[in-house]
Amino acid sequence: MIYLIQQGLNALQLGSIYALIALGYTMVYGVLSLINFAHGDFFMVGAFLCFIVVTFMGIPFVPALLISMAGVAALGVAVERVAYKPLRSAPRVSAVITALGVGIFLENFTLALSPYPKHIPTIIANTSWSAGAVTVSSLQVVVVFLSVVLMLVLHFIVQHTKVGMAMRAISWDRNVAPLMGVPVNYVISVTFALGSGLGGAAGMMYAMAYPVIDPYMGIIVGWKAFISAVVGGIGNIRGAMVGGYILGGVEVLTTAFLPSTYRDFVSFSLLLVLLIFRPYGIYGRPRTEKV
Amino acid sequence: MGRAFLKKDLTGKERSQGRWVLPVFLVSGSVLSFAIPHFDLLDQYIQLILVYLGINIILALSLNLVNGYMGEFSVGHAGFMSAGAYIASFLTVKVFPAGALAWAFPAAVVAGGLGAGLLGLVVAIPSFRTRGDYLAIVTLAFVMIVKSALENIDSVGGARGFLGMDKLTTLPWTFFWTVATVWIIRNLIYSRYGRGVLSIREDEIASGLMGVNTRHVKLIAFVVSSFFAGVAGALFAHVLQFINPRMFDIIKSTDVLVMVYLGGIGSIAGSILGATAYTFLLEALRPLEIWRMVLMPLMLVLLMLFRPRGIMGLRELPWLEPAADRLSSPNGLNGLRNSRGANGFGGKRKDE
Repeated sequence: MIYLIQQGLNALQLGSIYALIALGYTMVYGVLSLINFAHGDFFMVGAFLCFIVVTFMGIPFVPALLISMAGVAALGVAVERVAYKPLRSAPRVSAVITALGVGIFLENFTLALSPYPKHIPTIIANTSWSAGAVTVSSLQVVVVFLSVVLMLVLHFIVQHTKVGMAMRAISWDRNVAPLMGVPVNYVISVTFALGSGLGGAAGMMYAMAYPVIDPYMGIIVGWKAFISAVVGGIGNIRGAMVGGYILGGVEVLTTAFLPSTYRDFVSFSLLLVLLIFRPYGIYGRPRTEKV
Repeated sequence: MGRAFLKKDLTGKERSQGRWVLPVFLVSGSVLSFAIPHFDLLDQYIQLILVYLGINIILALSLNLVNGYMGEFSVGHAGFMSAGAYIASFLTVKVFPAGALAWAFPAAVVAGGLGAGLLGLVVAIPSFRTRGDYLAIVTLAFVMIVKSALENIDSVGGARGFLGMDKLTTLPWTFFWTVATVWIIRNLIYSRYGRGVLSIREDEIASGLMGVNTRHVKLIAFVVSSFFAGVAGALFAHVLQFINPRMFDIIKSTDVLVMVYLGGIGSIAGSILGATAYTFLLEALRPLEIWRMVLMPLMLVLLMLFRPRGIMGLRELPWLEPAADRLSSPNGLNGLRNSRGANGFGGKRKDE
């Protein structure tokens, strides 16, 4: 039982990170119907920014987090402006391939600049509290707390501000929204900034929790976050959060009871089964095609 | 449209155009493929690249069948490839007697292809219900599952990899399989099933209404595509003589996707050209070391921005198209070029 609680805490930590990245996928998908395959690499850039800022400038936690988020948000907006915007009316597959290309570019560019894995120094003093046999580390508390705060902020922006309303309008109907005076380019930029910023925050937290980072770290974590978004129903913000925690839970439980090499096998099999029985995710509504 | 009309209407020149290119190419190609290794006409390194080129053409063309002609977005090619590679290697190393390998090798390659084809059947089933992005995820999950499963099977080396294969993939075999792939896929595309495949890309619902058995057609396209991916995997394993599960991850799939979209979807010549350009560019840029890996994706992005349909962009070399197709519309199959669906992905949907 105690073991389960302990694993539950680990699952919360991992799930929070997945959920934050999944939000980036789902927001971009909701507004542009584009799977931003480069998003996992935005996450990686966030981790590297954190490394640079903390190691070379010795900046403490909170400003470092803000710098990582702002840097990745700027990267996201720039990529959208340069690579995705010209393809907005092009066939969707071109945009998807472009996203894949941007992702590979970011990976290899980082690899060219930093060929060896980097080690992140301790940023927050690592204290842990014990209640009975269960121990909670300060890192876990920070990751989970911060993720929840960020998600609440996002929820507020999407549901209670004018920009959020514009986002929902575009995701409701992309053709009619501009006719109602919604500034599409601006809203898309904001969406990218928000989604990428969350990815950057996730990158920093991931780097603190698993302190060895390399340029390819974004691939597998990114795909898993993407799966979280799909499990929840892509395009749905609540779905992305729930999906992240589900996947985190499944992974931690698998490693708790099976050899760790089975982790990917179980989580992806679960995804496959879920998609066969519920192809549109938990919160997604099936899109019917009008003939 | 009767045959007599065909003969009367086409000029002699146009008919002979398709007549001499193919036999000349086949004969000279097969002679060369035997002569080059036998007399050491080319550097060993260039011979090796030619083998990889053949494998890449097989991969690109078979993926083009599903992604380009059928308009699905599958990223599962690495999974099929690894299935073929492992099955064939297991057969040549552990099952077939060492003395008989020379003639048993084709059987091993076919077995690898069949195993991959069987997996293709499994992936085709979810494609009945989901399409586009969700199918991409299903195939992605498939790649991860195959990789993860192989890492946990100890009899093929697990995560350490599997070795002990002889270098059985020779230039003639590569040439044979490449030509076989082009021939079979080309004939499939211009057959009745091929029309079905194209009609699914244009509009799945409409093609169902026109009486196309979409499930059947999808099944065939997936199985044929994964069969050849398995063949390519088997050849790959027997030229590298070492495989491990990590070689066949999502990055490998991305490589093949790049070749297909570089060359242009829905075009056999495009796939051949894309695979060739990709293979040779990667080698030519080798002096740049790590920066070539930065340059390649950058070129892909620029290509998508300025020429989103790839090099060939739905066009076809005339001698790959049947005469009747060239006659019935000015662009052959690619008379579809102007319809909305020819954009791949079924173009823009009304409800999006």
